[in-house]
Amino acid sequence: MEKLQPAAGNGLLDRRAFLRGGAALAAAMTGYSVKAETLAEPPWGKEPGDVVPPYGGPSKHEKGVVRTLSNPKGEPRTQHARTPHHLLQGTATPNGLHFTISHAGNADIDPAGHRLAIHGLVKRPLLFTLDALARYPMVSRFTFMECGGNSAPLFSPEPIQASVQALHGLASCAEWTGVPLSTLLEETGVDPKARWVVAEGADAPHLSRSVPLSKILDDAMVALYQNGERVMPGQGYPMRLLLPGWEGNMNVKWLRRLQLTEQPAMTYYESRTYAPILPGGKAYRFYFLQEVKSFITQPSVGLAMKGPGFYEISGIAYSGNGRIAKVMVSADGGKTWAQAALQEPVMSKSFTRFRIPWQWNGGPAVLQSRAWDDGGNVQPTRAEIVAQRGQAARVPSPLGFPSQHYNGITSWSVETNGEVRHVYA
Amino acid sequence: MFTLRLAALALLCAPALAAGPNLGQPLTHGDLAAWEIHVLPDGKGLPPGSGTMAQGAPIFAQKCAFCHGEAGKGGVSTALVGAPPIKSIDSPKTIANFWPYSTTVFDFIRRAMPWQAPRSLTDDEVYALTAYILALNKLIGEQDVMNAQTLPKVKMPNRDGFIPRFPDRMPQPPERDL
Repeated sequence: MEKLQPAAGNGLLDRRAFLRGGAALAAAMTGYSVKAETLAEPPWGKEPGDVVPPYGGPSKHEKGVVRTLSNPKGEPRTQHARTPHHLLQGTATPNGLHFTISHAGNADIDPAGHRLAIHGLVKRPLLFTLDALARYPMVSRFTFMECGGNSAPLFSPEPIQASVQALHGLASCAEWTGVPLSTLLEETGVDPKARWVVAEGADAPHLSRSVPLSKILDDAMVALYQNGERVMPGQGYPMRLLLPGWEGNMNVKWLRRLQLTEQPAMTYYESRTYAPILPGGKAYRFYFLQEVKSFITQPSVGLAMKGPGFYEISGIAYSGNGRIAKVMVSADGGKTWAQAALQEPVMSKSFTRFRIPWQWNGGPAVLQSRAWDDGGNVQPTRAEIVAQRGQAARVPSPLGFPSQHYNGITSWSVETNGEVRHVYA
Repeated sequence: MFTLRLAALALLCAPALAAGPNLGQPLTHGDLAAWEIHVLPDGKGLPPGSGTMAQGAPIFAQKCAFCHGEAGKGGVSTALVGAPPIKSIDSPKTIANFWPYSTTVFDFIRRAMPWQAPRSLTDDEVYALTAYILALNKLIGEQDVMNAQTLPKVKMPNRDGFIPRFPDRMPQPPERDL
């Protein structure tokens, strides 16, 4: 049997260990210390199963795999539903678990009565029905969606004890299918003076954001499908603006209007909400990009370790700049690092799953991940973020947004009793 | 480079019309009037009409105070009056200490408020509520009339308090053929 090579301190193993022979690895790691039970035929093997439903859902035993709601009674304020990353694997977020933020509920739109107008600084203003848009040549792409306020609890001056769902649950990833906006703008024509596109939803707040025309022409689409089915109500049914890699709020849901302008509209969300205050008192404006980031989903807070032995450390990495090039993992709080395996296919502006085998010796460990993208951008440490962006004056609620655009490192402390805690390291 | 790409797009438009699906319906002037609610910071998009603080006060008491508190002092929803100093990155952002453009007040009320019944206010009512809130914050005088000419001229204290990250701090997308 091949000797397993350590790749970094505190038990991190070479990411290729599995590739060289999973069976040998498993035998080496688990030790088979407990004898197997004697098997009998279980009840589900002795009678036919349930009737197949027209629209399938998860097993009734998976009822705990749900989003957490910030405003379950629909009080007159924003509702947030966060993705349970610690209970999921792979990279495609199931549609029912995709994060949602709705500022005045999910609009209930009759698709036959919905229209998309493109007007302003165009040569031919046009109105599209859903049926018309569905006849255009479409493209599909995987892309992550992330709220500009995702991970904001890490601006807290002290680590908030909350799960990866609470801390990082306002990011998800799906395959989106729709009509490239460059196609539609070819038909409307573009006035050479146009520089911005002000997008607006048909929901109650008529949410509006200004998007640079350069992004609209680069890779934006009017998305009609999400993981193969029509866009979910919480994602903007029957259509949303999709701006791969850019701040979630700009990906306007229930999209009904695109007005080409010379100047940005300085809407509520761009001039106030998503303008993070800097330590000197000034604030960033137009912080559009969701920058390179990663976090470990397993193990994480709420997933207690079951004794020393073998574990796979796994997590999610993504960058609004492009593809993830490398993820490094540490089990000793950043003293030593080992390179994680990246699950293929690694796609631009999409979740990338990383994994690395770990032999936990039962002692204290601090797990961290750090991502690089193919543009050479590196995920900052938390200390680097705080040095540049500051931190909150007081400990916020886990549901609060003391600032936006945190893409620094997250640290999980594995205690000797197997509990996992959120720490700053 | 960006300008060249746009010019190329404009040139391609005419031949593309014949080749594309062309399933959009041409909009003529007036078709979109009920939807054209974007107000730009220079005042483009502001409708006819006007309002004053005195006209706004009773509308606020009836339709806004339920959430925003008496005279905008705050309730279940955020306070609309006050300018606490910005001391830290999590300081409260208010109209008077943060919002850079007065036009955003009109735009946001008209598109999104009242929360329970958006798009139910007349343009005169939106001007009156805008005047009421700006006057409570002493950003305009109590007698000032807000309309399409006066509103964009209201100077907001934090107008110059921002550092744009676009375009200077953003990577440019690669050139593409249109």
